[in-house]
Amino acid sequence: MLTITNVRKTFNKGTINEKKALNGINLHLNPGDFVTIIGGNGAGKSTMLNMIAGVYPIDSGKIVIDGVNISREPEYKRAKYIGRVFQDPMRGTAANMEIQENLAMALRRGKPRTLSWGIKNNEKDYYRDALAQLDLGLQTRMTSKVGLLSGGQRQALTLLMATLQKPKLLLLDEHTAALDPKTAKKVLDLTEKIVTEQNLTALMVTHNMKDAIHIGNRLIMMHEGRIIYDIAGEEKKNLQVEDLLKKFETASGEEFANDRMMLAK
Amino acid sequence: MEGLLASLQGAIGQGVLWGIMVLGVYITFRLMDIADMTVDGSFALGACVCAVLIVHKQVNPVLALFAAALAGMMAGAVTGILHTVFEIPAILAGILTQISLWSINLRIMGGKSNLPLLKVETLISSFVKKTGLTQAQASMIIGIVIAVIVIVFLYWFFGTEIGSAMRATGNNEDMVRALGVNTKMTKLLALMLSNSLVGLSGALVCQSQKYGDVGSGTGAIVIGLAAIVIGEVLMGRIASFYWKLASVVIGAVIYFAIRAFVLRLGMNANDMKLLSAIIVALALCIPVVLSKYRLEKEYSEGGEEEC
Repeated sequence: MLTITNVRKTFNKGTINEKKALNGINLHLNPGDFVTIIGGNGAGKSTMLNMIAGVYPIDSGKIVIDGVNISREPEYKRAKYIGRVFQDPMRGTAANMEIQENLAMALRRGKPRTLSWGIKNNEKDYYRDALAQLDLGLQTRMTSKVGLLSGGQRQALTLLMATLQKPKLLLLDEHTAALDPKTAKKVLDLTEKIVTEQNLTALMVTHNMKDAIHIGNRLIMMHEGRIIYDIAGEEKKNLQVEDLLKKFETASGEEFANDRMMLAK
Repeated sequence: MEGLLASLQGAIGQGVLWGIMVLGVYITFRLMDIADMTVDGSFALGACVCAVLIVHKQVNPVLALFAAALAGMMAGAVTGILHTVFEIPAILAGILTQISLWSINLRIMGGKSNLPLLKVETLISSFVKKTGLTQAQASMIIGIVIAVIVIVFLYWFFGTEIGSAMRATGNNEDMVRALGVNTKMTKLLALMLSNSLVGLSGALVCQSQKYGDVGSGTGAIVIGLAAIVIGEVLMGRIASFYWKLASVVIGAVIYFAIRAFVLRLGMNANDMKLLSAIIVALALCIPVVLSKYRLEKEYSEGGEEEC
């Protein structure tokens, strides 16, 4: 499904602020893999997702989705394969446009835009049904501007938009981190539901170790731009937060000193 | 009183013709969130192209309008390419095009800064001949017809898939790119569309005033912004896109009506640009001042009482 081979990225090369963000990443995902990604600040989690999505060009290496080499494709072309939800609820939706207009654009992800009408009447029923599944009452507010929604609602809508047209790969970059715990749980439950129902292949960055263990079938830990731990199946299910902390210490030779992660235990 | 009425009629005619330029500014400034300085240059470009084609090449006045729109579109493309391909900030890209257009416009006019259209037929003078209306009335009617056509076109266009993608680009670039839209292309298209309307407006004003002038676009961007602001204040928060577009043209009409009025009161015409700049500056300052004032007022040392 997704194969990443020896991908490297250095920011601000040759300056005093040089930062090796990705240090030779190798990763292979099977269809249907739901992988959670953890790691300290600056470990390269978000950078890896951004490299897959094409936000910045990579320095070297290869990214292949379903046999197609996308390493050099611009971001907007990769969108054909990839659905994304960002950490910031504001980034995933267009605030001044209607809910149904946002959905209509999401339905056209990766397709050439033409001069035909931007939202067709026969699509609206489909959107209404899809919104009803979110269970947030949005199906009755299809012509409301997205800017009127709460952060949680916007994030749920972004999730729906990312999966409205089934993506080959779903990238979730700490998409619940900016939400209050109750809303975060709701969006996370929704994520699991959608990924399972559509049998999606997904990568999810999280700071919550418990979530990382309970959600998905595989877990990877990153440190200093490398994947230092990769665990799947039964073994992952039986993990404890303490195991992860210990693993981090042995693998990195450092103590896991990240408040957010410690608190999230 | 009669003099006032006549000058008001003239103002409405000018306002509607300039309103087409304001529609162009609205696309970049409000829909795309780009302050496009090309406008001053592309407005004059439209006027110059139109004047030269009619006077020297005996081109049909209607065809000259299309040529002017096309020329404006090309000017917009230059700014768009500088901005998207070469990543020059939009304001600077626009200024570069605008400055270069000054020289280009003089070249088009054969080195003269002004070219009168007094001896040739224009769209407006032939309409005057056919109907017996005054020059101002003819300008107004032709302006309204063209403005309505442009508004209907824009309403349709911004409802299409491409148009929606353009609106979304102005709203949230990250998002539309993640949804597979080439945002460089949408920005380029918007600048081209916008400046084609500006060029068209320049040509219409040229035909209505019966001269083409390399300086006719000076300050056009500020007039455009002032008209948008006036339209928004008057029409309030009306949601319908049709009304928003209409309010842009109405804003331009009111701008020229105010102008005619203060000029009649004896204001120096040269001070008009200062007045326009003040209107725009005030409109941009007031929301900032209000929100600061609100924050100041809400602050209390003891914190909010529980209720």
